[in-house]
Amino acid sequence: MSVMNMIQALNSAHDVMMARDDNVVVLGEDVGYFGGVFRVTEGLQKKYGRARTFDAPISEGGIVAAAIGMAAYGLRPVAEIQFADYIYPGFDQIVSEAGRMRYRTAGEWYLPMVIRTPYGGGIFGGQTHSQSPEALFAHVAGLKTVIPSNPYDAKGLLIAAIEDDDPVLFFEPKRIYNGPFDGFFDRPVTPWAKHPKAEVPDDYYTVPLGKAAVVREGADLTVLAYGTMVHVALATAEANGIDAEVIDLRTIVPVDIETIEQSVRKTGRCVVVHEATRTGGFGAELAALVQERCFYHLEAPVQRATGFDTPYPHSLEWAYFPGPIRLGTAMQKALED
Amino acid sequence: MTKQPERPNRPVLSLHVPEPSARPGDEVDFSHVAIPPAGSVPRPDPHAPAAETHPLATTLVRVLDDAGRAVGPWDPKLDADTLRRMLRDMMLVRVYDDRMYRAQRQGKTSFYMKSTGEEAVAVAAAHALDRDDMCFPTYRQQGLLVARDYPLVEMMCQIYSNRRDKLKGRQLPVMYSDRAHGFFSISGNLATQVPQAVGWAMASAIKGDSRIAAAWIGDGSTAEGDFHAACTFAGVYRAPAVINVVNNQWAISSFSGIAGGELTTFAARAVGYGIAGLRVDGNDALAVYAATRWAADRARANHGPTLIEMFTYRVEGHSTSDDPSVYRPKEAGAKWPLGDPVERLRLHLVALGEWDEARHEQLAAEIADEVRTAQREAEKHGTLVSSTIDFPQDVRTMFDDVYAELPWHLREQQAQMVAELEAKRK
Ligand SMILES: Cc1ncc(C[n+]2csc(CCOP(=O)(O)OP(=O)(O)O)c2C)c(N)n1
Ligand SMILES: [Mg+2]
Repeated sequence: MSVMNMIQALNSAHDVMMARDDNVVVLGEDVGYFGGVFRVTEGLQKKYGRARTFDAPISEGGIVAAAIGMAAYGLRPVAEIQFADYIYPGFDQIVSEAGRMRYRTAGEWYLPMVIRTPYGGGIFGGQTHSQSPEALFAHVAGLKTVIPSNPYDAKGLLIAAIEDDDPVLFFEPKRIYNGPFDGFFDRPVTPWAKHPKAEVPDDYYTVPLGKAAVVREGADLTVLAYGTMVHVALATAEANGIDAEVIDLRTIVPVDIETIEQSVRKTGRCVVVHEATRTGGFGAELAALVQERCFYHLEAPVQRATGFDTPYPHSLEWAYFPGPIRLGTAMQKALED
Repeated sequence: MTKQPERPNRPVLSLHVPEPSARPGDEVDFSHVAIPPAGSVPRPDPHAPAAETHPLATTLVRVLDDAGRAVGPWDPKLDADTLRRMLRDMMLVRVYDDRMYRAQRQGKTSFYMKSTGEEAVAVAAAHALDRDDMCFPTYRQQGLLVARDYPLVEMMCQIYSNRRDKLKGRQLPVMYSDRAHGFFSISGNLATQVPQAVGWAMASAIKGDSRIAAAWIGDGSTAEGDFHAACTFAGVYRAPAVINVVNNQWAISSFSGIAGGELTTFAARAVGYGIAGLRVDGNDALAVYAATRWAADRARANHGPTLIEMFTYRVEGHSTSDDPSVYRPKEAGAKWPLGDPVERLRLHLVALGEWDEARHEQLAAEIADEVRTAQREAEKHGTLVSSTIDFPQDVRTMFDDVYAELPWHLREQQAQMVAELEAKRK
């Protein structure tokens, strides 16, 4: 056991898997000697050599395509896209190729590959270092989409993703790389060291894909969250004295429908929260699932607390971010009626 | 993974991963950089077939020699006033960069990017282009704005995302835009602007206009598909465009070899597309001017695009978020053999008898004063405020300009946000 922040935990996941399986290779912009702009791959090139951790040309389409080719050969590539905002040049390769390879070849070819990328705002990154594009990928058949919210899960989920035989999009909430964030921007940041989920085994373990975690039990209302918003949801429930059950989805595709149903049947009320823009966001899918499956248990309409349908503004970041007030308001609304 | 049959007689493959000549702790090594003497490269006629330029794609167009003399066929023979103006612009960019970098360090804004050592690439090009030619820059061509007399205060207000920022605080600092100064909006997404520049140039041709477009892109970013789309479209339609690859030899921590710079030059990309290509000493303001003017003349005469590699060096870190001493020797920037563009142009003016130390000092003092005054003025309109309640802009403007008109759902969200802020204030 060691105390790790998310970066260290993710680094450890790479390390463990590269040691166990020499088919695991790491590529991406600046991931080699430097160890990545967020330092997630630090030390891997030194330890495993340049042929297993290397800098890629600035071509996200090339990075994804090369990873597909490597996976087709039989490697397990882990590709880093420097910011989720820069994944779009690789979109065609992800959507039309990675997502469909198993299907279009009736299983003859399959792609055990992971695309990791930091996402989300809260760092004054402006519109090209703040986006949350997970719904674009959740919408695509054949891709799994994973979003951890703490160091323990980050490591276990990344290992599971690397071992998975299908392409996995792995979105890392950069706002909480170094410490959990409650959404109260004005308060001092607490480092991960104080958090129980920062206790991370040094060796191999997995957190299964497709399994949510109930991170706070409660009777009055269910909050469905992932990534940074898990912490915002916990803090908001606390601040408003709401007996909320907070579910950290961890994987959004395939989503853990059982845990969701169980909770909503119990509480009868549901709020969905994400940082991404609202229209067509993953919250819409969650709300649809909940009303399809739990309609007769619902006491009130499902509420959404989300980012606004604008590009992420630089100076107005903290008016944009779906913080405790937006989420608190949605919770209150779900508790009415 | 299935085991492959053994083929003992075949050599074992291995992956080549390029490495720069020196890492931290190593002696700086620029011995691989071939530098032909100034004035030694021929200058084809701007109307010549593209192929005639191709030998120039693997050498280096240089005008200023070590003694500061302008030599050879590429000497643009500029008058002293233009030279002094270019010197002033480059010096100003450097001082401006230093002040804004420091402002970021003082917490007045979130981010900054300097262009130290690369000032000539933007400034000299701006002087060689016509004022109404359209520029599609990256984040390292602030020199274009300075050379086109865009007010410093406006630039700083963008850096501060403050009340007077014409972009309403929406963009990351340095992502300027100003239509009136022929400066297209900078995108954070690399390489996107280059095919857009080509499209603008095609439009100019469609309309029988006489204006041309110029684009800039970093060495690292040439790996993006968009760069190749730009070269293809530019070649196919003979678009009146100048495509500048600013090869400062680094892309954050990745040296230019990761973009293919080990194999050939960036200018040599022109050969494959059949367009004109020039490789230019980017720290030589006269060479930059001359090459840009050559390409502009060519484009204006309907002979199509030119790809120019501006060979230079990124002397400082990538941005305020970067510490280059982690991946390259500390002294690398200072040892770049093609020197400093400001110093080289100064030396040239001195050699011409058009400049001296006293005038240089006076100019430096004037510039320092100008930048300081502008900064004081800009800061009157606020700096980036890190607050959840007080914002530099009217928060309602967040929803403007998503579309020409505000649709119902944005109107609702706007009202929601205003209510949230009222709640926060309580
Ligand atoms: C599509 C895209 N991918 C990645 C990035 C992240 N990024 C920002 S600048 C940069 C390096 C660019 O290097 P280069 O093109 O050489 O320009 P320079 O910074 O040297 O001027 C990278 C990788 C980005 N902004 N956009
Ligand atoms: Mg570069």
